[in-house]
Amino acid sequence: MVLERPTSRRKFLMGALMAIPVSALIAKGLTAAQAAEMAAPDLADYQPVFFSADEWQFILAATDRLIPAGGNGKAPGALETNVPVFIDQQLDGDFGQEIYMQGPFNPRAPATMGYQIPFYPQKIYQRGIQLVNQWCQQQMNQSFNKLTPAQQDDVLSRLQKNKVDFAALGEENMQPSHLFSQLLADTKHGYLSDPMYGGNKGMKAWIAIGFPGARASYLEWVKQHNIPYPLGPVSIQGARA
Amino acid sequence: MAQITKKEVDVVVCGLGWAGSLMSIELAMAGLTVRALEKGPDRSYDDFAYPKPADEYAYAVRNKVMTTPAASAVTVRYTMNDTALPTRKWGAFVPGGGVGGSGLHWTGVLIRPTPTDIKLKSYVDEAYRPGILQEDMRVRDFPFSWEEIEPWFDKFERICGQSGKTGNLRGQIQEGGDPFEGPRSNPYPLPPLEDTLNNVMFAEAAKKLGYHPFPNPSAAASRAWTNPYGNQIAPCNYCGYCSKYPCLNYSKASPQTAVMDALKRMDNFSYEVNANVLKVVLHDDKKTAKGVIYIDEQGNECFQPAKIVVLSSFQLYNVHLMLLSGIGKPYDPVTEEGVVGRNYAFLSNGGATLFFKDKHFNPFVAAGPTGQMFNDISPGNFDGPGLGFLGGAKIHSSQATGTPMSAALPKGTPSWGAGWKEGLEEWYGHSMKVSITTTCMSYRDVYLDLDPTYTNEHGQPLLRITFNWKQNELKLQQYLKGIVGNIVQELNPDSASMSFLPMDADFDLTKYVSTHNVGGAIMGDDPKTSALNKYLQCWDVHNVFVPGGNAFPQNFQANPTDTIGAITLMAAQAIKDRYLNNPGPLVQV
Repeated sequence: MVLERPTSRRKFLMGALMAIPVSALIAKGLTAAQAAEMAAPDLADYQPVFFSADEWQFILAATDRLIPAGGNGKAPGALETNVPVFIDQQLDGDFGQEIYMQGPFNPRAPATMGYQIPFYPQKIYQRGIQLVNQWCQQQMNQSFNKLTPAQQDDVLSRLQKNKVDFAALGEENMQPSHLFSQLLADTKHGYLSDPMYGGNKGMKAWIAIGFPGARASYLEWVKQHNIPYPLGPVSIQGARA
Repeated sequence: MAQITKKEVDVVVCGLGWAGSLMSIELAMAGLTVRALEKGPDRSYDDFAYPKPADEYAYAVRNKVMTTPAASAVTVRYTMNDTALPTRKWGAFVPGGGVGGSGLHWTGVLIRPTPTDIKLKSYVDEAYRPGILQEDMRVRDFPFSWEEIEPWFDKFERICGQSGKTGNLRGQIQEGGDPFEGPRSNPYPLPPLEDTLNNVMFAEAAKKLGYHPFPNPSAAASRAWTNPYGNQIAPCNYCGYCSKYPCLNYSKASPQTAVMDALKRMDNFSYEVNANVLKVVLHDDKKTAKGVIYIDEQGNECFQPAKIVVLSSFQLYNVHLMLLSGIGKPYDPVTEEGVVGRNYAFLSNGGATLFFKDKHFNPFVAAGPTGQMFNDISPGNFDGPGLGFLGGAKIHSSQATGTPMSAALPKGTPSWGAGWKEGLEEWYGHSMKVSITTTCMSYRDVYLDLDPTYTNEHGQPLLRITFNWKQNELKLQQYLKGIVGNIVQELNPDSASMSFLPMDADFDLTKYVSTHNVGGAIMGDDPKTSALNKYLQCWDVHNVFVPGGNAFPQNFQANPTDTIGAITLMAAQAIKDRYLNNPGPLVQV
């Protein structure tokens, strides 16, 4: 009933939804899938806890290009699945604290030697976004989020291939690909992780590819060969879709 | 920081993974007071009850049950002349952390080496013309015979509830098992896991090509099992969360499921977690240890006196502790003198990913060890000598996990954008792998020592690994590429991508291979070239025992856990039967 009336749904969403467990929503008469989706905030209403307003605009624009909406197939985009919420909430926690951070650093070490820059991921985002926006201003008189989708794709490709000169902008310790690979990895993680982390809203990414999530019991199914698995996903908090 | 001296115990065990828990229970059952110190947190089965581990992000991405590089980094360089850099993030390998250690998140492939693998130097001397192998290769025999070690494999496999198909029962080859396996005194305790679609396809293709596939020997129990310690292990339900995850179903043998439940009930056993052992303290004559110094959870420096010290941390950290404690002479790769740090080896992987539009593999239906493998291409089973290299691989099609972040996509699929999204939707669940797990030889200039630059939080130097691929291992990769290519052709997929090391490959620390690091404090017959005798006892300090992958003189194609379990149990028995009555070196030279 609630879902049939947009205004009450809206009201419902505005009331401290982050604090309501899915089970409580189910008790209000929603299906588990509806409840799971509603338990996630609307992206437009979300107040980032880690990113500044400018950084948030970059994240919204960039993740929308990394996993765009529409296209062939039924898979949703990063914004439809709250991927930016996931990234924001991860960065606000102990993300990256596992990294060994004693110097000296050799940021020019061969790529095969792995992570060798003196930045935690939080700093990669903050410094990287600042540099990308600076570069976009220099080259196109706009910050990244104001560019056309084609221009944004071009900038992202350049970042991936280290074809933006961060050193010329005064940054010696990180390459554009550090920002790009961190952002791409976190975007995919947010898209495909359990919805309790803030992304994969409504388990829509799992539904699209046919991954059953946390069902985790297939004793009867292991002998069924070459038959598509018929059941939709469940989440760790017990929602079904 | 207070200095606390603890009450003396008979045995202090440093590290509570497989080696530490097996040593603890065996020595506690003999009546000794055993105290285990574990650097990481406690991890009981309650922490892993369904659905908690069904979380790819927490366990496979954020490494929830691993030690962190911040606490346990090592440094790596390719050659003796390079400056090593720290493993700031894990990549090629990921050691476990906390109670259970790497035995908690392992994939559960519980397989023995072959009799040739444990006598590799003897095989080389017999089969290879002098001069054909690399001059700097330093392979050695394990210091025991097949007959001597076999009962301990058997015992460890019963502790785990090993599931599989017997290939060689007391010399009789059994249809459907591995005809190359060493004679077993008993059949596998449990039947094999069920086959998934990829297994059936791989096994058929391999058979057609003349190979001898058999089900992956598994520590994910195929049936309910009660082990010799009285622990009950549940039948695997193919949940799909195994490798990198603790088991949510009490099915994959781990120190928790197979040992700790019984061990915790023993009054003469105690353990302390978040207890970071910094050093073994030796008596003035350096011939015996008097205990260990550790930092407890509150940050106090504690001294734990003990009559016997067991170093049973992960391979790298066992070697590190020996070097930090002055146990055994450090290895010098120039003079080839010294023993601690020599014969480090890792291993390589690779293979092919095959894509089939019309096949549904349901990859999430899996146990870590679900799969079929063959052993036809391991040392002694094919013409390695004629090909000019030493080594081999088990070749397998496993379906160890099907979680979406690790999904493979066909070559040419964009890494982001609409193309990536559509590729993922189109291809998730439609691929299978044919993989290799290779041997890796040991070499004069591949070794472990203390890093001159980087330190841990206690100011101690980090352990430094000097390692890169050698021509022998790269030649092997190229040979395996041909074999896997033939299997791919036989399977005839819509497309396939191959992943093998080219002849100029450097060790890539960013791509996960396995956590099968071995060597550094090896067992042997000669105190000049080995740190430990056959009972894992330090030649130089007789009341220090060092069970773990550190004892392997080189790496074989079989996964290491079965051997780590077997050598640990053999050593525990020697301590009980002989050392307690007459403390001193168990092997005279």
